Amino acid sequence: MKVSVNWLREYMPIALPANELAEKISRTAVEVEGQSRPQGDMKKVVIAKVLSVVPHPDSDHLVITQLDAGEDEPIQVVTGAPNIAEEQTVVLAKHGSLIGDGVKIRRGKLRGEKSNGMLTALQELGMDNSVAPKELEAGIWVFDEADAADLKPGQDAFEVLGFDDDILELGITPNRADMLSMNGTAYEVAAILDEKAQLPEFSLAESDETTESLISVTAPEDLAKKYAVRVIKDVHVQDSPLWVQRRLWNMGIRPISNVVDITNLMLLTYGQPLHAFDYDQLPAHELSVRTATEGEVIKTLDGVERKAQAGNIVIDSAGEALMFAGVMGGESTEVTDQTTNVVLEAAIFEPKAIRHAARDQNLHSEASQRFERGVDVEATFRALDHAAALIAELGAGTVTKGRVVAQDFAYEAPVVKVSTQHINDVLGTDIQTAEIAAMFERLGFGFEELDGEFAVMIPSHRWDISIPADLIEEVARLYGYDNLPATLPTGETTPGKLTTKQQLIRDSRHTLEGLGLNQAISYVLTTPEKASQFMMADATEAVEVNYPMSQERRVTRGSLLTSLLDDVAYNVARKQDDVSLYEQGRVFVSNGATALPEEIEHIAGVVTGNVRDRDWDQAAQPADFFYLKGIVEQLLADYGFVDNVRFETNTNRPEMHPGQTADIYVGATFVGFIGQIHPLTTKMYKVGQVFGFELNLTTILELPRVKSTYEPVSKYPSISRDLAILVDRQVESADLVARIKENGGADLHDVTVFDVYTGSNVADDKKSVAYSLRFVNYDHTLVDDEINAAIDNITKALQTEFDAEIR
Amino acid sequence: MSLQDDLKALRQQALLRISAAKTLKELNEERVKELGKKGSLTEVLRGMKDLSADERPEVGALANEIRNALTDRIAERQALLEKEVLDAQLAEEQIDVTLPGQPAIQGQPHVLQQIIEGLEDQFMGMGYQIIEGPEVEQDKYNFEMMNLPKDHPARDMQDTFYISDELLMRTQTSPVQARTLEQHDFSKGPLKMISPGRVYRRDTDDATHSHQFHQVEGLVVDKHITMGDLKGTLLAVAHQLFGEDHDIRLRPSYFPFTEPSVEVDVSWGPVTPDTKPEEIEWIEVLGAGMVHPNVLEKAGVDSSVYGGFAFGLGPDRFAMLKYGVEDIRNFYLNDVRFLTQFDQKG
Repeated sequence: MKVSVNWLREYMPIALPANELAEKISRTAVEVEGQSRPQGDMKKVVIAKVLSVVPHPDSDHLVITQLDAGEDEPIQVVTGAPNIAEEQTVVLAKHGSLIGDGVKIRRGKLRGEKSNGMLTALQELGMDNSVAPKELEAGIWVFDEADAADLKPGQDAFEVLGFDDDILELGITPNRADMLSMNGTAYEVAAILDEKAQLPEFSLAESDETTESLISVTAPEDLAKKYAVRVIKDVHVQDSPLWVQRRLWNMGIRPISNVVDITNLMLLTYGQPLHAFDYDQLPAHELSVRTATEGEVIKTLDGVERKAQAGNIVIDSAGEALMFAGVMGGESTEVTDQTTNVVLEAAIFEPKAIRHAARDQNLHSEASQRFERGVDVEATFRALDHAAALIAELGAGTVTKGRVVAQDFAYEAPVVKVSTQHINDVLGTDIQTAEIAAMFERLGFGFEELDGEFAVMIPSHRWDISIPADLIEEVARLYGYDNLPATLPTGETTPGKLTTKQQLIRDSRHTLEGLGLNQAISYVLTTPEKASQFMMADATEAVEVNYPMSQERRVTRGSLLTSLLDDVAYNVARKQDDVSLYEQGRVFVSNGATALPEEIEHIAGVVTGNVRDRDWDQAAQPADFFYLKGIVEQLLADYGFVDNVRFETNTNRPEMHPGQTADIYVGATFVGFIGQIHPLTTKMYKVGQVFGFELNLTTILELPRVKSTYEPVSKYPSISRDLAILVDRQVESADLVARIKENGGADLHDVTVFDVYTGSNVADDKKSVAYSLRFVNYDHTLVDDEINAAIDNITKALQTEFDAEIR
Repeated sequence: MSLQDDLKALRQQALLRISAAKTLKELNEERVKELGKKGSLTEVLRGMKDLSADERPEVGALANEIRNALTDRIAERQALLEKEVLDAQLAEEQIDVTLPGQPAIQGQPHVLQQIIEGLEDQFMGMGYQIIEGPEVEQDKYNFEMMNLPKDHPARDMQDTFYISDELLMRTQTSPVQARTLEQHDFSKGPLKMISPGRVYRRDTDDATHSHQFHQVEGLVVDKHITMGDLKGTLLAVAHQLFGEDHDIRLRPSYFPFTEPSVEVDVSWGPVTPDTKPEEIEWIEVLGAGMVHPNVLEKAGVDSSVYGGFAFGLGPDRFAMLKYGVEDIRNFYLNDVRFLTQFDQKG
C-alpha cells in the first residue's frame, strides 16, 4: 500500500523528514519497503499558458507556440503535440530542465525554428502509463479549465502536480489490514508520534426526494453483514479536479472520471470499497445480493466474459447478475460519460466468499483484497455518505434523501482484559501501569483500569485485536523492541544431546567425508521415471504432488542414487569429470492419499573419473568398484554390527552392471547394494562410468551393534603363512575365506588376499588366488607343527570343496 | 733408548696415524695395530719384564696413560668420521621439499550442513533437543495446528505443494513443533527444541527462489518464558552465525503462530560502543515471536500456565548472506567446484 506523506500531514502535524517517519513506522508497525518522491531529480519544469499556436512553415505536424511562463518575454516552443491549442494551461520543461529518465532539455532549432523548451505529458515526467490519466499518444498534459484558474504561469509544476510528495510503500502484513487505508495509517502514525489524528469531515446535503422511492435492496446476512445504497441524481460525469487526481496518481491509481475517482478516493481514505452503478442501466430499480448459479456469465469492467462459480457472490437486478460483488463491477451497468444518475453501494461482504471468488476469477482487486482481510465496520456507511457528498459536489448532482439499507448491525466494542503483571511477565520488562495506560490512549483504545488490571474496549478500526496477546504486542511495539532486555531462559535445565539415530547419521556423514566423498544435497522432487530407479524394495509407489511447477519436479525420489546421478551429470556437463559425492536424505514410499508416506533415511555415494589426479609422484587413480567398496566396508565396519557384513553377487539389479554389483547384507538383513551403474542407465544421464552404493540407514539403525570392546594384545609373536591356490574362475573369494576361517583353527586370526591372478601359466578357466594367514595365540609361542596342522586342515577342505590346487 | 722413550715415541707416532685415518675402516685397522693383542703398545710392553721392580710402576703408569690417550683419540676420530659419513648420506638424500605432498583425499560437508550442524551444537549446549519430523505432512500439523485454518489469508504467503486434500510437502518445519508440543510431558521439564530440515514451497526456481530449501525452527515452552529470553537467545544465534561482535534488532511482523511477532535483523558489520546507529547496516535474517496461545491450546497445552517463544531461520539465506552466494540453486546442483570451497575447519 502506497501512502502519501503530504496526505498524512492533513491528519496531524508531522515535523519529521520522510525517511525518519519511515524508520519509525518500520520499527513500530509494518515494514516500509520503499520510499520515493515522484519528482526525483527532475527540475525547472513550470506551468505555462499557451498564448498562440501557428503552423510550422516547414512541417505539417509541428506547430510554433508562444508561451507565458511568468517571465517578461513569452517563450517560443515548437511542439508536435496533437492536442495543443491556444488558451491552454500546460506543463513546460524549460531550457536547462531535467525531466523523466534523466532527459535534459536544451534550447535548439526544430526544422529551422527556435524551440526553447518542451511541452510534456505526465509520462515524460516519470509517471507510469498505467497511472497517468491519458495515454501518452494523446499528447501533452493539459489542465482542466477549472483547475487552470488557480494556476499561475511560471509556478513550479512539480508542486502543482503533487510530485513534491513523499510516497511510502508499506508492506502490510495480513494482521494489519487496518492500515490498508489512510485513516488506518493515520491512527497508527498518530499512536507512533503521540499525536491525534484528525479524520476527514464532510457535509452532506440531501434533496427532498427519498431514495426509497427510487430503488429497493435486499441482502441475506450470511452474504453481506452490511448493505446500503444511495442515489445521486443529475450528475455530470467529467474529469475530477486536480486535487483528487493528484491524490490518486500519487497513490498509484489512475484517475478516470469524478464518480469512479471518488469511489477510489473513499477506498483509499476509509479502506471501504464502494461501487457505482448507472441507475438508468439497471434492469430494474432493485438490487439484491445472492450467490451465483454455476456458469452464470458476467462481463466485467475489464471487458472479459467470466463464468461465475457457485458460491461467488453477485449483485442481481431483476434476475440478472450484474457484477461479482466486492471483486469487480459489470460492464452493463458501468458509469460512463453518458451517466446522469448514480447508485452508490457500500457493503461488507463475506470474506471467505470474496476470497474464493477472487481466486476462482483470478481477479485480485483493491476491493477484494480489503473484503478478504476485513474492513472497519463503522466506516462503511460513513464512506458511502462521504462519497455521495463528494459526487454531488464535484459532479453538480443532488443526493436523494436517506440510505436504503438491506443489512446493518451495531458495533459492540469487544472488551479484552490484560494486566500490567501479565504484560511484564511475557515481555520480561518492568513497565508501569501508567505507561501502559498512556500507550492505550495513544492507540485510541478506551479502557478501564483498576490496580493494573485493564479492560480494553477495542475500536472498530482495529479488528485484528481480540485476545490479551494482541494487546501485549501493542504494548511491546510502542514500548520499543530495542528496550526489551536480552536474557536467556531460566528454570529447570534440560540435557541437550543427539539421539542414537542422529548420532549415527552424523557419524556416517563424517566418515564418508573422511574417506573422500563430498556431501551433496540434491532436490527431492524428481520425475516419475527416475523415482522408480534403484529401488531396494518391490512395488513401491512414489508420492506425487498435485500441481507440480515443472515435469522435472513431480514426485518424491525413491532413491538417492538418482539424485547423485543428476549431480554427476551436472558436473560432467561442465567438464568436471572427477566427482566423488555422497548424500544423506530420505526416500519416500506412498501409503495412499490420506496416510503419511513412509520416509526412509538412506545414505548413498558415487564416484566417477579419477579419485586422484596424476601428479609428479604417482599415476592417476581411476575410480573403480574396489575403491568404492573400500569406503563402504569402512563405513559399515564403523557401525560395529554384531553380525558379519556380506557382499553377495547380484546380477539382476536393472540399473546396475550385472557383473559388478553386490547386495550388502548384515547377517541375514539386506541393507543396500554397491556396484557399477549399468551403462544403459549412465547413458540416460549422459555420464560415463559411475560406481555407486546406497544403504538403508533406517534398517541399519535397527540392527544389533556392539560397543567397542577391549581384548588384551597377545604377548607372543604372531606367525604369518602365505597360501596360494588355483581354483575355478567363478569361485568367489568370500567363500574361500569363509572355508579357510572355518578350518584354520582357533589361532587363525585374520586372512588377507594379497594376489589374484589370471593369465599365462594359469588355465583359462582357472585363477590363482593368494592369501596371507596370520596366526596368534595368547598362551604360548606358536610352533611350526601347530601352524602346519592348521594349514593341512585348510588345504584339505579347499581341495575337497573347491577342487583347489595348492601351489 | 729407555722403554719410556720408546713409549713416548710410540705415543707420538700413533696419535699422528690415528688422526690421519681417512675412513672408519682405516681407523679400525689403526686401532688394531696400536692397541690390539698384537699391537705396537703390547709389543713395547713386552719389554716390561726386563725392568726393575722400581721402574715397573712408573712405566706401567705411563703405558696406561698412553693407552687412554690413544683410545680417546680413536673415539674422537671415530665420531668425526661417522659424522662425515652421515653428512654425506644426508646430502645424498636431499629432496625438493617444495614439491607437493601426496594429496590426501578428504571430502567436505555441504555448506548448508555446516550451518545446520553449528546451530545444532550451539542449541544442544543450551539444553535443546534436536527433533526431526516428516517432510510429507498432514495439513493439520503444517497449518491448522499452527493457527492457520483452511481459509486463513496468511496461507497465501506460502504456496504449497499439495499431494491430496490432507497431505502436503511441508512448507515449514513448525509441524514438528506441533507434533512435539502435543506429546510433551511438562511434568518432566520444559520443552526446548529445534527442528532442522528440508521444506518445500510451490515456487519457480530462480536466483533467489527455490522450491526446496532448509529451515531451523526453535521452540521453548515453560512457565516463565519472556520475550527478553527470546531476544537473548536470538542474540546468541547471531553471535554463532556471524560473530561475537554483531548486534541484532527486532521489528514488528506477523506470523499466525506467534504473537507478538518480530522480524530479526542482524548487523552486517561489527557493532562496538563507538558505532553510530545510522552507520549500522541491518539485514533481515529470521522471524520469531512469542508462541500464540491458540498454538498451545490446539496442542493441548494450557496457555494460561505455559508460554514460550519460537523462531525460524533459513540456512540457505544465511549461507547466501555470509558467503555472498548469488544464486540459491548452487546449493542443490552440487557442482564440485562449489561444494569444495567451504572447507575451513575450526
